[in-house]
Amino acid sequence: MIWNEHKETMSRDELSAMQGHRLHKMVDYVYHNVPFYRKKLQELDLIPDDIRTIEDIVKLPYTTKQDLRDNYPYGLQAAPQSEIIRIHASSGTTGNPTIVGYTRRDVEIWAECMARCLTAYGMTRDDTFSVSYGYGLFTGGLGAHYGVEKVGGAVVPASTGNTEKHIRLIRDLGIDGIACTPSYALHLAEVMENLGIDKKDIKLRIGAFGAEPWTENMRQEIESRLGLKAYNLYGLSEIMGPCVSFECECQSGSHINEDHFYPEIIDPNTLEPLGRGKQGELVFTTLTKQGMPLLRYRTRDLCSLIEGDDCPCGRTMVRMSPVMGRSDDMLIIRGINVFPSQVESVILDIPECAPRYLLIVDRVDNLDTLTVQVEMRPEYFAGADNIDAITDLAKKVAFKLRSVLSVNALVKIRQPGSLERSMGKGKYVIDNRILK
Amino acid sequence: MTIHQLSIFIENKAGTLVALLRQLKEAGIQLIASTISDTVDYGICRIICSEPVRAYEFLKEAGVAVSLCEVIAVELDDEPGRAADAIGVLSDEGLSIAYLYSFLLGGKGVLVFRTNDNVRAVEALQKGGQKLILEKDLSHLL
Repeated sequence: MIWNEHKETMSRDELSAMQGHRLHKMVDYVYHNVPFYRKKLQELDLIPDDIRTIEDIVKLPYTTKQDLRDNYPYGLQAAPQSEIIRIHASSGTTGNPTIVGYTRRDVEIWAECMARCLTAYGMTRDDTFSVSYGYGLFTGGLGAHYGVEKVGGAVVPASTGNTEKHIRLIRDLGIDGIACTPSYALHLAEVMENLGIDKKDIKLRIGAFGAEPWTENMRQEIESRLGLKAYNLYGLSEIMGPCVSFECECQSGSHINEDHFYPEIIDPNTLEPLGRGKQGELVFTTLTKQGMPLLRYRTRDLCSLIEGDDCPCGRTMVRMSPVMGRSDDMLIIRGINVFPSQVESVILDIPECAPRYLLIVDRVDNLDTLTVQVEMRPEYFAGADNIDAITDLAKKVAFKLRSVLSVNALVKIRQPGSLERSMGKGKYVIDNRILK
Repeated sequence: MTIHQLSIFIENKAGTLVALLRQLKEAGIQLIASTISDTVDYGICRIICSEPVRAYEFLKEAGVAVSLCEVIAVELDDEPGRAADAIGVLSDEGLSIAYLYSFLLGGKGVLVFRTNDNVRAVEALQKGGQKLILEKDLSHLL
């Protein structure tokens, strides 16, 4: 099923013409409303009329996460504050979070794009859908929520946590679909098995999984343990939230809603655009966004755009391959973005800790765990004569990390000189999660 | 009336203790008594040694998480019940012991411990007729 047949099956020529027209309007809009972009375009000697077709996009400057941070909180917002009806925030690399404001029209387009995703997964207005992404500043919960309502299904805003109660609701309400991270889906399967609930006892048939990288093996495992079809859902808050791309019934790449989010793949080192089929960094330009439009935003996600626009589902929108890596050092832990630099800034602020650390990420019972090892400064131990000096420090570090990362970390204090001196760069992350 | 003890934070990991002992060897420090207490991840090694102040400075210079502490050492005659007498003096005063270990010195037993109030503990032990060991009692043995 296709939610918006007119848009989603448009001929490539029509689509390109529309994208070119929208891009011109978008550049004109940011030129007149965002001093940051006006300055950047003027530095390149560009005026909005230089951007006429979608091919002209290569003339435009890139936008990075650093630009968002430098312009915290509202520097990149184009719409007046009176037009903003929603604000989300995601973690920044250090200090400042990324703030994204949405106008009423942005929220409507978000719901429209999310409705396209859910319809492609086979959801209809007759279905009950559990949204088990976190509700709150994170875009996952509300993003999926509005999509389900747009299609006309019944939302169960389960959010995260209290897995046993959630499983009872899935069984007792005969819930048809679930949106969550793939690792949470595996955790659900595990708890369900422990409770003695068989997959035949539940009616789940659709899984909308995203917010972290996953693999074909994980898909097969989730599908067989929960008895549903597992579909990819991709998005990022800077661009919109979940809804940017989605798998159709063919499950061979995720169709990008490219009438709203124009994708490019670039070489992350040379910044040269790469052709279809080439692996590189995914870049998006918002074509219709009002609140915080972005030109050529570097997502840091590594993937490719699949060659050929002849998906058997009938959609003409380009497909992206699964995201399998990052061109920066961001870690995704239980769906939450964590940068080693955030950990570093916490540790530098604690005088008892030496500026050396090691992050170990693992997956235990299908849930991500983060262990932070940090060295104690020898001076701090002078005068101490019991283990409390060490365990108290571990508690203090864990508390500070929790408040900055929103992730619970297990902290291990290491004796002086036991970690490599790796502050700034070098090997400070060990990711033991196996994605195969 | 107390003696010096080194307390050192070492990880529960192969090689950490020997590394510490080799550093003491390098400094020409002789061990008299030692004990290790541990949790799952962390350990504290406590050492009575020759020239404790010099040993402390040496380890600190080498970047070791070391602390120089005061502990009480009591000499016990070689007969049953002497440890009970010594500890009894402390408990009568309402003092509690954080940790305790023992070693032999010239045929006599020595109890080493730290209490929640070493000043009061020393007074109580002296009043109770217990023999406190001083640092000079140890060094002439070496």
